[in-house]
Amino acid sequence: MAVNRHTEAVAPLRSSGPVSTWLGRHVSTAAASLGRLLRQPFASFMIILVIAVTLALPAALNLVVKNAAAVSGSWENALDFSVFLQQDLALNDAKSLADLIEQRADVESVQLISADEALKEFKEQSGFGDALNQLSKNPLPHTLVVRPSAQNTAASMVLLREELNNLPETDLVQVDTDWVQRFHAILDIVRHAIFIGAVLLGAAIVVIIGNTIRLDIQNRREEIEVTKLIGAGNGFVRRPFLWTGLWYGLLGGALAIGLVWYGLYLLQEPIARLAGLYHSDVAVLNFSLREIGSILGIGVGLGLIGSWFAVARHLRRIEPR
Amino acid sequence: MIRLENVSKRFPSGQDALSGLDLSVEKGEMVFVTGHSGAGKSTLLRLIALIDRPTSGQVIVDGKNTNRVRRRKIPAYRRHIGMVFQDHKLLYDRTVGDNVALPLIIAGVNRRDTNKRVRAALEQVGLLHKEARNPEHLSAGEQQRVGIARAIVTRPKLLIADEPTGNLDPDLSLEVMRVFRRFNEFGVTLLIASHDIDLIDKLGCRRISLNEGRLEKDSHSGFEEEAFLIEGREEPEWR
Repeated sequence: MAVNRHTEAVAPLRSSGPVSTWLGRHVSTAAASLGRLLRQPFASFMIILVIAVTLALPAALNLVVKNAAAVSGSWENALDFSVFLQQDLALNDAKSLADLIEQRADVESVQLISADEALKEFKEQSGFGDALNQLSKNPLPHTLVVRPSAQNTAASMVLLREELNNLPETDLVQVDTDWVQRFHAILDIVRHAIFIGAVLLGAAIVVIIGNTIRLDIQNRREEIEVTKLIGAGNGFVRRPFLWTGLWYGLLGGALAIGLVWYGLYLLQEPIARLAGLYHSDVAVLNFSLREIGSILGIGVGLGLIGSWFAVARHLRRIEPR
Repeated sequence: MIRLENVSKRFPSGQDALSGLDLSVEKGEMVFVTGHSGAGKSTLLRLIALIDRPTSGQVIVDGKNTNRVRRRKIPAYRRHIGMVFQDHKLLYDRTVGDNVALPLIIAGVNRRDTNKRVRAALEQVGLLHKEARNPEHLSAGEQQRVGIARAIVTRPKLLIADEPTGNLDPDLSLEVMRVFRRFNEFGVTLLIASHDIDLIDKLGCRRISLNEGRLEKDSHSGFEEEAFLIEGREEPEWR
């Protein structure tokens, strides 16, 4: 029996096809690495939590900026121009000018507020009614409230404003886009700052994972020595640690998304209340599918980089003695 | 199978572990290497396993000059040699079966063949019934046999063992040696470092005796010939 077995035994080692071998090894190593993490749930969770918080911070800030940009974007296109006409312009001329402007493609509607209407409104709203009655002459000009059409871009808005300003009948065009633009500039700076911060936090994740893998390598030193002794190459020894890094990154990324979602959930009510105060129904933008993919991808990437550093630095030095 | 030509190994400390050693082991031989600790037994095995490299001279294993095996190729080289260690070097975070399967997993053998071979190897050392156990719960002799099963599971042509019975009592030692003997009968070449002279005598195999890194005697047990008496002899008589 034993003799039979050994004659068959002398046949060379047959491995399965190269691709399926490669794949099979990765699948089993991936599962083994995950199992190893799950066997120390608390320690693993702590590391994953640190990674998640570190990832969630820039991701959440990014989401805030995205929402702010979306909200301010809707403001910008909804802004009306107030065109104050020359003081001495007749009401009829103002009316025909309003009709003329309304025919422009980049204008949706024009509303004429005559000087008298304006004064009346001002009297009612300001509380200076009596004092204003003393005026011999209405100091207010006719005003056109020009609502640009929705298709306008930032550039065409500037052009429209320029042209309205150049009309001979115009005294002054007032647009409140200046603060919107400043707001956008600020958002841009914030966005850059988040990016810089994210790079630093990413480096921190690389260090965290690298250090965790380094400890893991130290703990499994004997195993590494033994496997090398019986013919394992660097690739074989490296694989489980790279998978561990990948799992840390992936799970950290997933938990980061979860944390941000939970944060949004908590904020839903106060935001709805705020939106109610503004009589608008602001829908809070969540992560897009692409953003979820990038967070997970960044987590995986950082995990691999961190474990790769650790492996490159520490694994080579472990040789059987 | 193994040929050493004028092999010297000097450690960084300046100590000579081997000096000018010439040695030849033919295919199918079962050879013991004896000597005091520090005589160079372990160094000899380490050179064959490419854990160390000779300071000078050549070690040729299965027609391959180990000096020409590059660092990156060492793992592939080692996969063709079975190794048994005094301290077993088993991994205690997995079962006996998984320990024995490790060389096959490294070699990328598919799961079905792996299982089959692991069971065959464990059966040969009489431990099939302990496949699912943790090696921690096995006796020293059983652990050593698991180590042997792991060494032979890839069916190497050459098996080297460093003090495989060093931690075992005489009965267990004999049992382990019987296992080795059986492999030898199937054509495996064995090189075993041991200081257990009584045991070696019982087995009646060729015995190489080292002293301070030099060949002292080359004989088979029962014939305590001095090395000079058999110098130049190509093959031991008993073959």
